[in-house]
Amino acid sequence: MSEKPISGNAVLSVRNLTIEYRARRGKVQAVRNVSFDVQRGEVLALIGESGSGKTTVSLGLVQLLPGNASITAGKIVYQRRDSATGQLKITSVLELKPSELRAFRWAECAMVFQSALNALNPVLKISEQFGDTAAAHGYLHGKALAERSADLLKLVRLDPDRVWKAYPHELSGGMRQRVLIALSLLLEPQLIIMDEPTTALDILTQRNIMDVLNALRKQLDFSLIFISHDLSLAAELADRVATMYAGIIVELSSVHTIFMNPHHPYTIGLINAVPTLAGTKDELVSIPGQPPDLIDLPTGCKFHPRCPLVEERCRREEPPLEDIAPNHSVACWRWRDARSALKAYEVKTQ
Amino acid sequence: MKPIIELQHLSRSFEIKRQKIKAVDDVNLTLNEGEVVCLVGESGCGKTTTGKMIANLLAPTGGRILFRGKDINQMNSEDRRKHRMSVQMIHQDPYASLNPAHTIYDIISAPLRHHKITQDEKATYKRVIELLELVDLTPPEDLLDKFPHQLSGGQRQRVSVARAITVQPTYIVADEAVSMVDVSIRISLLKMMTRLKDKLGMSFLFITHDLALAKYFAWEGRIGVMYLGRLVEIAPSRQLVEQPQHPYTKVLLSAIPEADPERTRSKQRIELRSMDVPSLLRLPGGCSFHPRCPYFDGEKCENVVPELTYFTDSSAVACHPVQAQRQAELAHAPSGTRSGPEAGKYDRS
Repeated sequence: MSEKPISGNAVLSVRNLTIEYRARRGKVQAVRNVSFDVQRGEVLALIGESGSGKTTVSLGLVQLLPGNASITAGKIVYQRRDSATGQLKITSVLELKPSELRAFRWAECAMVFQSALNALNPVLKISEQFGDTAAAHGYLHGKALAERSADLLKLVRLDPDRVWKAYPHELSGGMRQRVLIALSLLLEPQLIIMDEPTTALDILTQRNIMDVLNALRKQLDFSLIFISHDLSLAAELADRVATMYAGIIVELSSVHTIFMNPHHPYTIGLINAVPTLAGTKDELVSIPGQPPDLIDLPTGCKFHPRCPLVEERCRREEPPLEDIAPNHSVACWRWRDARSALKAYEVKTQ
Repeated sequence: MKPIIELQHLSRSFEIKRQKIKAVDDVNLTLNEGEVVCLVGESGCGKTTTGKMIANLLAPTGGRILFRGKDINQMNSEDRRKHRMSVQMIHQDPYASLNPAHTIYDIISAPLRHHKITQDEKATYKRVIELLELVDLTPPEDLLDKFPHQLSGGQRQRVSVARAITVQPTYIVADEAVSMVDVSIRISLLKMMTRLKDKLGMSFLFITHDLALAKYFAWEGRIGVMYLGRLVEIAPSRQLVEQPQHPYTKVLLSAIPEADPERTRSKQRIELRSMDVPSLLRLPGGCSFHPRCPYFDGEKCENVVPELTYFTDSSAVACHPVQAQRQAELAHAPSGTRSGPEAGKYDRS
């Protein structure tokens, strides 16, 4: 497969990333040949069902994969332009030495995990969590750190006086998640990865976190990789959306195109499967079948056993992710007529 | 419509470290034959506790539950046995609710044998096959000898549904029954349950935190919104989503992100007065939503608990400002949900 050149504007460029897990039954092909760029200041959402590989990709980016996983191919290039000299510093993440990698994590690329309670050390006060992070990276300390942290906590709409000397268990789930977001911003990383940051939270708390994220984007300059199974969160926050299925990106485009003019049968199916407040009853259809076994993947296109538009070629050959329009790529042999053919199919089956 | 279940001043409190937590507080609600009612609300609002009391898995600490006119906690053993079969519960987590050491055949045949619903093994086998077909697990023969871990989440939840209908219940309480299942297959599960409801003449209480899902599943039914143990609004589903009355319902609906980039980004948000969720240990006096309520209207909200009041458009709202505004539209409460002076009548002595 030809490889897209890496442009100087991208903060992160991933090319042909392939990640496997060793399991007793065999190799789990969790991520195969995934390529994408994250531009400066952009929010890229990775959406897909459980087992689609979205979390594995994100863990691969910061090299935090569990012991039974290995990155078997691909490269990850991270770029930062020095604000003073204007020079571009290029880092190949997969070639970093352990000490360089420790410096890279959090200072360049921070991660906010799903469960904020597990991500914060329960025996340390919030002030100590900030202190430890700053000390590990030789960043501010003492009063300067306290001031910077207070500013960040205010940015995420927390009262620094209330939070600074508190232990994690004294805070609610939403507050902990916001502490973690503030902490992720501490070292001014260019890239933040958020894995299901609102999944365990209630609607109003989730709304608060989304509002905080939207406001932060306007005030600060960082790129965000946002991982979610919830399409509506992607619709609200993302600039671009990548749909993942069985370890590959099957469609990648602007948020508007993904929701208004999707071309991959899986993206179309996913959107048609989610009830909306304004929706009517008849529009909704589940995708038949179930996600494939990642150890024993189907031949050809991995979606073909569930795809209503399957043809002979789909069973034989796996379609590459190809550009079908500027800023819109799809991995499907039938992308040209997928939308109209699926409509006709729905009418027939109802 | 004939009532099947009536909740009268239903309350449940728990004691934790000598402190009393009111999980459900004075809920009045009539559930009708053949009807789908969804209970929605955030965690801790009492929706699951209410469901468990209806399924007789938890006894109320106040008020009572009538099933076809009989108090389910005052039944003799024969009636209680029958009642337990009539009301079945489908739990949230199909990974925890199926015994991992039993095959699918064991799981579904056990209630058939226990309640002597089928007379011999041949009839049991035939019935198990029928039940699996009813929940769209086809071909059923392939599944009989499998263990739950060999099934996907969606298939497991179908097994849970099949198990629930072995005893031919008339009422199903489904607690977040699809929230652990992948989004792409939720709708097929809901469609299957809707089909079963019509085919077997069952009624549903569907508990969920997802209002869009509630609107879809209870399309012809009603949605009830709970907040800190109280039922604050109930109305026909589409009406509730399109014309919410209670400020809490309005806030919830305005906060939900939608899978449409334009709509979700231009949506009007209603701001709360405070983001802090009150602790169930120290509930605010009066209307428990008043410290956060955007419509807060002084003393009455702080001191008087608003009663759930029915209006002529068959919505019911527990909110002083709304009730004051809609004075002209007040309607009589349907039977079983009387409030006011008669309230004390049902208190347990």
